[in-house]
Amino acid sequence: MPTVIDNTRPKSDGRSAVSAAARAKGKDIKGRLYKPRQPIYPKLVHGKWRAVKWAMLIATLAVYYITPWVRWTRPEGFPQQAALVDFTGRRFYFFDIQLWPQEVYIFTGLLVMAALALFLVTALFGRLWCGYACPQTVWTDLYIVVERLFEGDRNARMRLDAAPLSLDKVWRKTGKHLAWLGIAFGTGGAWIFYFHDAPTLIRTFWTGDAPMTAYVSCLLLTGATYVFAGWMREQVCTYMCPWPRIQGAMLDEHSLQVTYLAYRGEARGPHKKGQSWEGRGDCIDCHQCVVVCPMGIDIRDGAQLECINCGLCVDACDEVMVKINRPTGLIGYDSDHAVAARGQGGKAAYRPIRARTIYYTLALCVVGGLTLWSLVTRPKADLNVIRDRNPIFVRMHDGAVRDGYTLKIGNRGFEARRFEIAFEGVAGARLSQPGQPGHPGQPVSVLVPADQVVPVRVFVTAPATAALADSVPGRFIIRSGDLRAEAKTVFLSGAANPR
Amino acid sequence: MALERETDDATGVETTGHEWDGIKELDNPLPRWWLWVWYGSILFAIGYWVLMPAWPGLHGYTKGLLGQSDRAEVSRQLTALEVQRGEGAAQLRTASLERIEADPQLNAYAQQVGQSVFGDNCATCHGIGGTGAKGYANLRDDVWLWGGKLEDIQYTITHGVRSGGEGARLSMMPAFGRDEMLKPEEIDDLTEYVVKLSGRTADVAAVGRAAPLYQAQCSACHAPNGKGMVAVGAPDLTDADWLYGADRAVIRGQIFAGNGGVMPAWQGRLSPETIKALSVYIHANAGGQ
Repeated sequence: MPTVIDNTRPKSDGRSAVSAAARAKGKDIKGRLYKPRQPIYPKLVHGKWRAVKWAMLIATLAVYYITPWVRWTRPEGFPQQAALVDFTGRRFYFFDIQLWPQEVYIFTGLLVMAALALFLVTALFGRLWCGYACPQTVWTDLYIVVERLFEGDRNARMRLDAAPLSLDKVWRKTGKHLAWLGIAFGTGGAWIFYFHDAPTLIRTFWTGDAPMTAYVSCLLLTGATYVFAGWMREQVCTYMCPWPRIQGAMLDEHSLQVTYLAYRGEARGPHKKGQSWEGRGDCIDCHQCVVVCPMGIDIRDGAQLECINCGLCVDACDEVMVKINRPTGLIGYDSDHAVAARGQGGKAAYRPIRARTIYYTLALCVVGGLTLWSLVTRPKADLNVIRDRNPIFVRMHDGAVRDGYTLKIGNRGFEARRFEIAFEGVAGARLSQPGQPGHPGQPVSVLVPADQVVPVRVFVTAPATAALADSVPGRFIIRSGDLRAEAKTVFLSGAANPR
Repeated sequence: MALERETDDATGVETTGHEWDGIKELDNPLPRWWLWVWYGSILFAIGYWVLMPAWPGLHGYTKGLLGQSDRAEVSRQLTALEVQRGEGAAQLRTASLERIEADPQLNAYAQQVGQSVFGDNCATCHGIGGTGAKGYANLRDDVWLWGGKLEDIQYTITHGVRSGGEGARLSMMPAFGRDEMLKPEEIDDLTEYVVKLSGRTADVAAVGRAAPLYQAQCSACHAPNGKGMVAVGAPDLTDADWLYGADRAVIRGQIFAGNGGVMPAWQGRLSPETIKALSVYIHANAGGQ
């Protein structure tokens, strides 16, 4: 039986409607297409989760900005950039891996793995991705840092927004937006380096010689970063992102989530120094958990769609608890099951190993194994055979029958290779190329340049004496040193269409 | 119908006064964004009229400040195409047919040109696969009425067959029946003789009767042994390849009427280098000679 989790309590109104979400609910939205956004002024908080968030911010941004600048040695004529998506050359380079467009299934495997890993992490620890690693979270965090630099912390920002227009307000606002735009441009600017040789592009970008796609991508991402991280922020998570809507299927009563321990906190209320703690909860209704929340919610209302599990309210509450000399952890990463058990005076049990976490892990291992296997065992040479469809066969004056094929030979290596082509399946058949007669039993050989696909037209001629069935299964084999590839095809003898 | 505007209770908005079976239309204003897009498109249209060709007049049209002309654009692109093709065309012009076929790069280029030109000009009769049809030669096999060497093919394309032009391939098989040169029973006998030539079973008596007839009437072009003669375009009667069909009725009809198809001369319609590319394409994809 699935457990229905509903920890939401009726929201307190009036005086305590501090969270932006609660305030927005009171607004009259009649006649408007969208719910108006209530500005959120997250307050700076210190603590261990904030420290983790800083570390993640630095790490993810570092990976994003540094990756395209890592050089990697490849043979002459190939890009020397470690990570490069070369759309013009239709190749993807990642260190020693070089992928062709038809190997996009490896990306599919990676994406499936990413999704499964997300499911697993969510089932275990809740929305850690949302709270720490999602670009929307990281860039919003970065933008709030800038905002704080120009406009001060929460109270100063609120005062500034309420204040009439003044020189001070204008320069602070202008400075903030210019800095935001600068970061946005840096974001869009870094993105395009993944698609072109970075050291070249950084020059050509300013001389106007860069491809139009680079300018357009840069502009689009600059705009998106500025709008998403500067203006839309939590609305992206709440209204645009599908993930919050799906996560409910991954979470259960054993998943860790940022949780307010209601059994310990209630009944909440202001507390004066020296007053007794008897008969009341530890929550002193100081709203610190609300004012630090980047999503503008009140965690004490229970698990909510908006909550990104970032843990800033945990830090804020702990700080207060230390000050008023009560045990920390009134808000913390906890599972509903454990909270309920402790609330009833029992012992909290955590169950990270559950049916769903086992399934997710297994699926992750299977997909990961398959992806890795297909990456390691992928062929170094490709052979595809396209049979002529018109004419499907040609009968010669002496009754010999000739079929035409186009072979697409792909050389995925970094050196040119000479491939020998052979055809098997028809006894005494002669392999030839247009304009060259060829000899029975002799292979045809072609030179395929490095990293290219070359179409090769060949004819297979069966002697009149062969007495073949209408359709004879055969195969083409290409060889170059120890490299070998083959492709099945058929030889149509025209036996069903006598002259 | 009287238009009685009234105020709708539920929304507080006035109605237009229109009513259909009790359904009334609210008179809401146009959405603001829609209105602005509309105004914007009016402004755009005015700008467009000024800059681009727009209004027809009695003797022409307003040209617009930008001087845009699709006709000029097309001719500019055509010129650019000529320039782009210039190098390949020059190579085709100077290189010999054999060199074009032997050089991998030139050959690949000729194949591309040849294939597209073949599709546009030749496929109508010879089929897109080049296998021909009744009365239209199969260009993929190794049977060539007028010779299958590169130069032969080039000549046939350039001058055509019975095209009426100068230098055209020309052969005229007599209409032995229609022109009453032979009696019907003689034609019957000859038909059996031709069937026998191609290695099939035929009426022995008729073959015997026709043998002197063949030597007298046919061997001048089709050769005494029936192998034909490329120089005059007379087909080999001993092989399994038949332009009009292998049935007795078809063979008889051919002796009776002496049909011959017409292929146009392509010089003047296709440039010499295009004909060269086409020759190489046809030669390479056939059972070559």
